[in-house]
Amino acid sequence: MGVEGIGARVVRKEDRRFITGQGRYVDDVKMVGMSYAHFIRSPHAHAKVKGINSTEAMKMPGVIAVLTGQQIVDDKVGNLICGWAITSKDGSPMKMGAWPAMAPETVRFVGQAVAVVIAETKNQAKDAAEAVVVDYEELPAAADVRAAIKSGAPQLHPEAPGNIVYDWHIGDEAAVGDAFSKAANVVTLELTNNRLVPNAMEPRAAVAHYDQAEEHYTLYTTSQNPHVARLVLSAFYNIAPEHKLRVIAPDVGGGFGSKIYIYPEEMVALWASKKVNRPVKWTGDRSEAFLTDAHGRDHASKAEMAFDKDNKILGLRVKTHANFGAYMSLFSSAVPTYLYATLLSGQYVIPAIYAEVIGVYTNTTPVDAYRGAGRPEASYLLERMMETAARQLKVDPTELRKKNFINQFPYQTPVIMAYDIGDFHASIDAAMKAIDYAGFPARKAKAKADGKLRGIGVSCYIEACGIAPSKAVGSLGAGVGLWESAEIRVNPVGTIEVLTGSHSHGQGHETTFCQIIAERLGVPISQVSIVHGDTDKVQFGMGTYGSRSIAVGGAAIVKAMEKVEAKAKKIAAHALEASESDIVIENGEFKVTGTDKAIALPMVALAAYTAHNLPDGMEPGLKETAFYDPTNFTFPAGAYICELEVDPGTGKTSFVNFVAADDFGRLINPMIVEGQVHGGLAQGIGQALLEGAVYDDTGQLVTASFMDYTMPRADDLPSFQLSHTTTLCPGNPLGVKGCGEAGAIGASAAVINAITDAIGNNKLEMPATPDRVWHAIHG
Amino acid sequence: MSTVKLTVNGKAVSVDVEDRTLLVHLLRENLNLTGTHVGCDTSQCGACVVHVDGRAVKSCTMLAGQAAGSNVTTIEGLAKGDELHPMQAAFRDNHGLQCGYCTPGMIMSAVDIVHRHHSQGSGGKLDEETVRHELEGNICRCTGYHNIVKAVLDAAGRMKVAQAAE
Amino acid sequence: MYETNYHRASSIDDAVAQFAKGTDSKFLSGGQTLLPVMKQRLAAPSDVIDVAKIKDMIGIDVSGDTVTIKAATPHYDVAQSDAVKKAIPALSSLASEIGDPAVRYRGTIGGSLANNDPAADYPAAVLALGATIKTNKRSIAAEDFFKGLFSTALEDGEIITAVSFPVPAKAGYAKFPNPASRFALTGVFVAKTKAGDVRVAATGASQSGVMRVGPIEQALKANWAASALDSVTIAASGLLADIHGSADYRANLVKVMGQRAVTAAG
Repeated sequence: MGVEGIGARVVRKEDRRFITGQGRYVDDVKMVGMSYAHFIRSPHAHAKVKGINSTEAMKMPGVIAVLTGQQIVDDKVGNLICGWAITSKDGSPMKMGAWPAMAPETVRFVGQAVAVVIAETKNQAKDAAEAVVVDYEELPAAADVRAAIKSGAPQLHPEAPGNIVYDWHIGDEAAVGDAFSKAANVVTLELTNNRLVPNAMEPRAAVAHYDQAEEHYTLYTTSQNPHVARLVLSAFYNIAPEHKLRVIAPDVGGGFGSKIYIYPEEMVALWASKKVNRPVKWTGDRSEAFLTDAHGRDHASKAEMAFDKDNKILGLRVKTHANFGAYMSLFSSAVPTYLYATLLSGQYVIPAIYAEVIGVYTNTTPVDAYRGAGRPEASYLLERMMETAARQLKVDPTELRKKNFINQFPYQTPVIMAYDIGDFHASIDAAMKAIDYAGFPARKAKAKADGKLRGIGVSCYIEACGIAPSKAVGSLGAGVGLWESAEIRVNPVGTIEVLTGSHSHGQGHETTFCQIIAERLGVPISQVSIVHGDTDKVQFGMGTYGSRSIAVGGAAIVKAMEKVEAKAKKIAAHALEASESDIVIENGEFKVTGTDKAIALPMVALAAYTAHNLPDGMEPGLKETAFYDPTNFTFPAGAYICELEVDPGTGKTSFVNFVAADDFGRLINPMIVEGQVHGGLAQGIGQALLEGAVYDDTGQLVTASFMDYTMPRADDLPSFQLSHTTTLCPGNPLGVKGCGEAGAIGASAAVINAITDAIGNNKLEMPATPDRVWHAIHG
Repeated sequence: MSTVKLTVNGKAVSVDVEDRTLLVHLLRENLNLTGTHVGCDTSQCGACVVHVDGRAVKSCTMLAGQAAGSNVTTIEGLAKGDELHPMQAAFRDNHGLQCGYCTPGMIMSAVDIVHRHHSQGSGGKLDEETVRHELEGNICRCTGYHNIVKAVLDAAGRMKVAQAAE
Repeated sequence: MYETNYHRASSIDDAVAQFAKGTDSKFLSGGQTLLPVMKQRLAAPSDVIDVAKIKDMIGIDVSGDTVTIKAATPHYDVAQSDAVKKAIPALSSLASEIGDPAVRYRGTIGGSLANNDPAADYPAAVLALGATIKTNKRSIAAEDFFKGLFSTALEDGEIITAVSFPVPAKAGYAKFPNPASRFALTGVFVAKTKAGDVRVAATGASQSGVMRVGPIEQALKANWAASALDSVTIAASGLLADIHGSADYRANLVKVMGQRAVTAAG
């Protein structure tokens, strides 16, 4: 490894602009003649829109236009799409209601836009919005899954009778029935996976510009995948043709899934920029983010696990109701199916698994992928199940897990996934050692003497990242392929630009991707630039989500580099009058092995561009492109152990220690990997202890600001103790697996298992607020 | 509309704004100092923290008029030319930032924490618990705070050395 | 925020005069409560009169058995004041836990009391210590000042100028913060006066704002010790209930925070 190559803890190249206030986020973009949009949103969870009167608003200072849902329908702007078709167990396609960007007739969740005011200033737009009179006829609302599936419940969409989007299943029901009939013990569990609000710190924003002369659109947007945004805005929403639309996602302040989707506000901004023939800026505020950013999780599940007399797992049966909110968001349908139920085998040999998933409409904000997306729900269910089982079977929870671990790879689970490699014993052993698991009983006794309830909780997670291959996901209903592209441009002076379809919104690609180049060529990373986030610069890309950037995007860079190197070697061999097979690359030079003959990269690059002395028939230039489609998912896995204390007087939880032992395959930049784990753990712990979106019966969001939705703060969290065990991923050229979501997937169960251990009561839902924990202790 | 005169990053400025204008909007919209961010609308996230007369305050919870006559330092005014402030350097060296959005407010709050503890004669000895507690008014969604806390503790040492050298 | 007219007052008289000129004026001190409410468009004052730079309204005076904090003194300055730390350490400790550091630099005692948020900290200290609220017109006893949620005895245009606290024999404050907002989910201030009386006030708990806690006062009168509260039961009726704390949970917190406040008081 070089000082800046693979495995080096290189400080981030991108940091200088962020620490000096020079980052450029969407709201920082200003254009000449820019106008401002403010949306008029439904205060009701379910209502008919009887009329919109903007007469008074149009008279107010600075108002340019008031545009409504009916106008967007009249202009034939397409309804929002869901990109993954799921088939119910009876063979019927999923049942979707229409989702126009602004509601012309019916609103189905609080915060849904019905109209937009465009004005000269933001304040003028807000002032005028209050003068727009919307005549609503309120309808009864169904705010949660249980209410929505009752007979006689308010119906959201005529297309989805009973509010059921799909009733899907996976696995072998008969085999599971058989397993349970032979069981020595059966463990059952009912639990909720609480709804979360992503809350990336940068609220969503859009700046749209229409160039009348060129009939060309530009959209600056807070996106994790600008190319997908362009594709969807063109092919499905008909707002601008693809070759006349440039989408730029500049610095983006966090995403966590919530910035994958192409939301109504971005669509409307783009559409309105032509309508008013002015650049239009929309910047969401936090209150709008709470109401309109796609929420995450929200499952209600029942699970049963069958064990034989030796405590070996025989089977698992799960029934889950997934709340989709009022509309099917872009990726939503896949989350509780192919990203959830396919992970229900966890790290264990489970001979038979059967899962049913019922997707349900409710009068709430749409729900979609949020950091982990389905996998945290699977991991939480399974790891609470293992802990519950250990207590019921009166065995140590780590022993029960080890007894049932998968030891042979590759391993085909009964629910699609084929795990390529792993070592689950290594990670749990590392975590147990780090936390001194053996010494816990003594620590617990000591804490008891001090009036504190101490608990320890384990969670062994596995996730599937870098969803692929495209052909396979296509056969399961995906509307897109899930490959990635890379283009390497070696400039005539030997500097290098890497154009990637991945998008960095905190992940540090500008550093990590450079390290891959530095490793291969031995050039300093200062000679390499990463270009991303602009559809005019990068030809196409699928973006960043699902921990895919290094495993898929990084692999694409390697593939493109292989092509560049092959050509460069030919040029070097020609210049050095050597055989191509004798050329090796070291420290930025192309050398003839075993000799002192060498030519530096800049000279090779210059030769490629002057083209004065290239091998016969070779095209000038040194630029290569690769599209990489993986052969399988990657399977990061690990073990987390949490030790904490509960104050019996208040129910408040305090961390004693939190250890994580992860297997991400090869680490390119361990510093950045650790940062990803820290952030994921914070979100997993946040879900377990603090965060939960709560609706009242009428569909009003009770937790609609940071005043009521508990964001993890510095004093809520411990410092984390991380370690890594490594099995290299055989499926990609870097041996990497991805690390972005692990913490969020594995942490929640460890925390809840520790609290229930501390208080001696397994009946506890997330978030385990002091109030809930206190009641669980005292009844 | 009023004319507000104040000093920002050492430069005297005079700006005509509506009276309802918040300091953060004066900085971002009128002075193009877009390093100061807005992350919430309930005065909690701290992305907007700047120094007003040497104290770290939320510029989203201060009218521009209230800052008239004051000395304001924003993230753009923290470094001395190319030389990073020790807190900025510590955030970079400890990977105390990811998406960068909360970072300016976080750094401005952190500088204030260290100044406060140095001036209180605690010998610049900040501990982890104190740093975590005093970062209560700054929300980060990316880092889990682990490396932010490390950065602040690291910078506290660097700033003490810098102070001693002056 | 709706458009408004901002005025910076040069003196208390000037503030009162400016206030009278507006059709719907409000005094603005640190603005840590008023401005968030205005940002949400839940308040629309025609005029805001900034009193935070009036010299006569800033400062702390400790003389004899009285600590006087002028109304526009920020929480940070109260928390840092050596005089307050010496005279009523519980008060400086309370001030050091209000909001977060940035809020403490701007927020003021006068602003907090005039707003009377049911989850604010200062009202608990004012009520438990039997403080006197001084305005440009009169002095108001703590008992007579708080009138329920967000409501006080202040008349239109009346401005708090200072708050006087009698120095107690012992006092302590313990707060359990709302996990989200960090306001007091329940905070309890206990005080033993130099005359031997015991006064206890709880904030964040009651549906009618800051309240005296009779059962705790009686128990502590008999025996000033945390353990004296072991057998005390706080009724849940009339207490606030929300997603962060049910009424019975808050009732428990009144007792537990009461015990911790006694321990803090020593």
